[in-house]
Amino acid sequence: MPSILPAGTSAPEFRLPVTHDQKLSLSELRGNPVILAFYPADWSPVCGDQMALYNEILPEFQKYGAELLGISVDGVWCHEAFAKDRNLHFPLLADFEPKGEIARAYGAYRKDDGISERALFVIDRNGIIAWSYCSPIGVNPGADGILQALDELPK
Amino acid sequence: MTTLKVPIGPEDHIQGDDQAGCTLVEYGDYECPHCGRAHAIVKRVQKHFAKRLRFVFRNFPLNQIHPDAEMAAESAEFAGAHGKFWEMHDLLFENQDRLGAALLQELAKKLNLPFADLQKALEQGTYRDRVRADFSGGVRSGVNGTPTFFINGQRHDGPFEYADLVEVIEQALATSHT
Repeated sequence: MPSILPAGTSAPEFRLPVTHDQKLSLSELRGNPVILAFYPADWSPVCGDQMALYNEILPEFQKYGAELLGISVDGVWCHEAFAKDRNLHFPLLADFEPKGEIARAYGAYRKDDGISERALFVIDRNGIIAWSYCSPIGVNPGADGILQALDELPK
Repeated sequence: MTTLKVPIGPEDHIQGDDQAGCTLVEYGDYECPHCGRAHAIVKRVQKHFAKRLRFVFRNFPLNQIHPDAEMAAESAEFAGAHGKFWEMHDLLFENQDRLGAALLQELAKKLNLPFADLQKALEQGTYRDRVRADFSGGVRSGVNGTPTFFINGQRHDGPFEYADLVEVIEQALATSHT
């Protein structure tokens, strides 16, 4: 398992496609907490997978004013189809070209597999990583850690 | 280790003895096929352990992927308010491929519950907060999908076939005796 960026590190900037004609950069969200959820791939075959779970929990995240971003190496069209199928209400970023560049910057790229880890980052209002966690790739980490990290952010 | 954050309380739906050495908590969704399968497994597990096991069910409807899950959860709570939670719980899982208004009407009739009151409760969201409270507590406890089981407060991350559950519950019982 690679070592992901720890708490206290400045979150590396990115500017990635969220749809086929829209890009989003981390710095645009400055002033709000950001939850950056790296996951291995769209279309995992289970009910209530990680992204579907976060979709349900979205209102809880929003209570903190936090922005949730999913990110994987899948391309925009794949993300769009996945988000539509699962009725996702938050952006999925395509870390597609150069492939996995942002995952690498966060220490969350699995070079041998060509996908990202299941790694979670809570970034504070000033762009500093407040909490990070890398889950075993087969284990959906849930959201308790994220909510606890959001609880502990300075108000 | 991920642990249950909301202790078992008087609000919970509980089957079995308060003095049981092991408590199995399930966070589930009536529309989730994996929960449907787990329902039959839990029944067998309960039968196997009898008085040694207490079972608690809490709602975790994944509404974005299961459009009828919330209605089903609120209907079970409605039945619960009339003292028939477990009857409704069983019938919902046994008929989960037919969830919807027609089924609810049929089940209300079967359980001798006033369907008009159930409809009103669903429209007014009488039990919505109750279901939300289960869900929020589950999220805080690290529920990461459905079904999620907790055995004596610890999240069970492995498979949930009959033999798997029996094994971990045996272990929990052995520990709780020492």
